Formats: sequence, structure tokens, C-alpha cells
Amino acid sequence: MIYLQLFYEFFKTGLFAFGGGMATIPFLSDMAARTGWFTQSLLADMLAVSESTPGPIGVNTATYVGYTVAGIPGGIVATLGLVTPALLIILLVAAFLKAFRSNRYVERVFYGVRPASVGLIAAAGVSVIRLCLLDTAAYAASGRVLDLLDWKALLLAVILWLATNVVKPVKKLHPVVFIAVSAGVGILFRFAG
Amino acid sequence: MQVRQIAQLFRSFAKIGALTFGGGYAMLPMLQRELVEHRGWTTEEELADYYAIGQCTPGVIAVNVATFVGQNRCGVPGGVAATLGVVFPSVVIITVIAALLRNFAELPLVKNAFAGIRVCVCVLILNAVVKLWKKAVVDVPTLVIFLAVLALAVFTSLSPVIFVLCAGLAGVLVKNLGVRR
Repeated sequence: MIYLQLFYEFFKTGLFAFGGGMATIPFLSDMAARTGWFTQSLLADMLAVSESTPGPIGVNTATYVGYTVAGIPGGIVATLGLVTPALLIILLVAAFLKAFRSNRYVERVFYGVRPASVGLIAAAGVSVIRLCLLDTAAYAASGRVLDLLDWKALLLAVILWLATNVVKPVKKLHPVVFIAVSAGVGILFRFAG
Repeated sequence: MQVRQIAQLFRSFAKIGALTFGGGYAMLPMLQRELVEHRGWTTEEELADYYAIGQCTPGVIAVNVATFVGQNRCGVPGGVAATLGVVFPSVVIITVIAALLRNFAELPLVKNAFAGIRVCVCVLILNAVVKLWKKAVVDVPTLVIFLAVLALAVFTSLSPVIFVLCAGLAGVLVKNLGVRR
């Protein structure tokens, strides 16, 4: 039963992903590897679409994955799966808000979970980088290390990093601007090869 | 009366979901405007509290805030209505886009565009990691946890769930030892 499976997978993601939309990436990447529902490169596309459309990123990717796997009902089921754990937990926490915030053990658990969550996102980033910036096919064909690097993509990545971190008037712009520019660059310089 | 309030919650949060790009902190200004200034449903301080709790509970922060505010106004049905409201626009918009992209995915134009976009996604993930890193990695034990999880997650195919559970346990152990010493 694909809907039950979708609900379960996204319930699990919603229960264990701490720290906003990006925290769902490692779970989605793991899901792609185990279920074969979608590829890692489609996951990167889904993230781009989720960042460029309104709404929380985590919810957007859940709908996208659900729709890809099982059509419109799939999108709805995956989204409900994602928000159900948060809904239940918050309704519970709201009942004793003050006690929760000042609880020693809650603070200690999160002291450990926060760096782990960042580590997981970084690891997911490594696999996306491997996919987008490295040309493993050319390297396998020629065996030369220089062929491993996708120079066009790498150059764009460096420019984007500078634009989002260093260049003063530009770096506060919304991510959707950088995504749109990258799409234009991809079309102009034939990034798909 | 109750039904009207619940419908209003759904509408307000659907508006927030439709008009905010990006999750987390990107949503804060919109939440402030709609919930604090326009509706008077919550205060700046309460909103800050919701954000703090949203960060130490699982799930999407915008959804957490919706549940809190809705629950405050109209109990459990309010919490559910506000949550469904905030995700409703996403479901509609993404479904339409996904359906369109599926039909046009093979066009060279679309392929090239997404090859460029993927590079941008790499940079955006990197930026998010750096930002979160500064808040999460605050001393030696948290650095060790970060590096261990990163290495294990890259080189093994263990489920992320295991890492989260172990790291939570490690947090409690490290802090308990520190207190005793």
C-alpha cells in the first residue's frame, strides 16, 4: 500500500528532522536510496523548486516527492505525514509550555542533537556536490584527476558563493534570485552538456 | 462563532503559507505582520518563544508556530485548522509545478536550466550548513559529534534516525558528566 508507506516515511522524517526545511534533506536522500522512488538528482531539482515557491521548504519537498511517487493523493498523504508528528508534539508541549522550555533534559538532548543535525545536512550536501560539481563519468573514462572537476559548474559555484556571502548589496537578496540567475546561466552555457 | 474563528485561522495561515518564500526565519516578518499587528492573536514575545520551541521540537517551524497560535485561539481544532491552512497553498502550488515539470523535463532548455540550478542548490546548502554550524557547534564535544556524524553519514548508509537518537543520548551523557565534575 503505497500511501501508507509514504505516510510512514514522511511521519518518520517529520519526527526526526530538527532545524527547519534543510534538515529534511538527509532523510529524503536516505529515502531515495532505500525505496528507489526518485533519484538524487531529482531530489536536487525538487529542492530548487521548493526554495523558489511560496511555503515552508520541508512541506514543499514532501508534496513534490509524494506527487512524484503516487500522484495528487500521494502529495497530500506525504504532506500530512510530515506535519502530523509536529502537530501532536506541539499540542502536547503547548499544555505545559513553561516546564518544557526550562527542562534540563530537553536542553541537554538538544545540545547533542543540534550538531548531529548539521552533520547530517553537511553529509547530504557532500552527495549533492558530488553529483553537481564533479564529472565522475569523464574521470572514469580518462582516469585523469583534472577531468573529475566540472569546471563550468565549479566556476558558477564560486561566483554564487561570493555573491551570497561577500558582495554587500547582493548577498541579502532572496535565494529565488540566485536560483533564477543560475537557471539562465545553465541555459546560456549548456550546463547539461 | 467557534466555527467562524476556526475558518478565520485556516484563512490567515493559508495567506501566510502562500505569501512567504523559504522556511524558518524568512517567515518571521510575515508572521509578525499578520498575527501580531493585523490580527492581534499573539505578541512579539510569544512569537519568539514559539520560534525557540520550534527549534527544539521536530518538524517545520512555520507549522509549529501555526499549531501553537491555533491551539491558543481555539484549542485542538484550532491547532489542526491553522496547520492545515499553512500547508494548503504549498500542496496546490507544488502539485501544479510538479505536473508541469514532468511533462517538460526532457526539453533541452529545462535540462540545462536545472543543471545550472543544481549548482545553486549546492551553494545554498553550504550556506545553510555554515549558518546552523555557528549555532550548534559551540565547544569540543559538539564539534566531535558534528565530525563523527558527518563522517559516518558520508561513508555508511545508516539511517539518519539512528544518528539523531545517539546524538541526543550523547548530549545528555556529556552534560551530566560535565555537571558532576
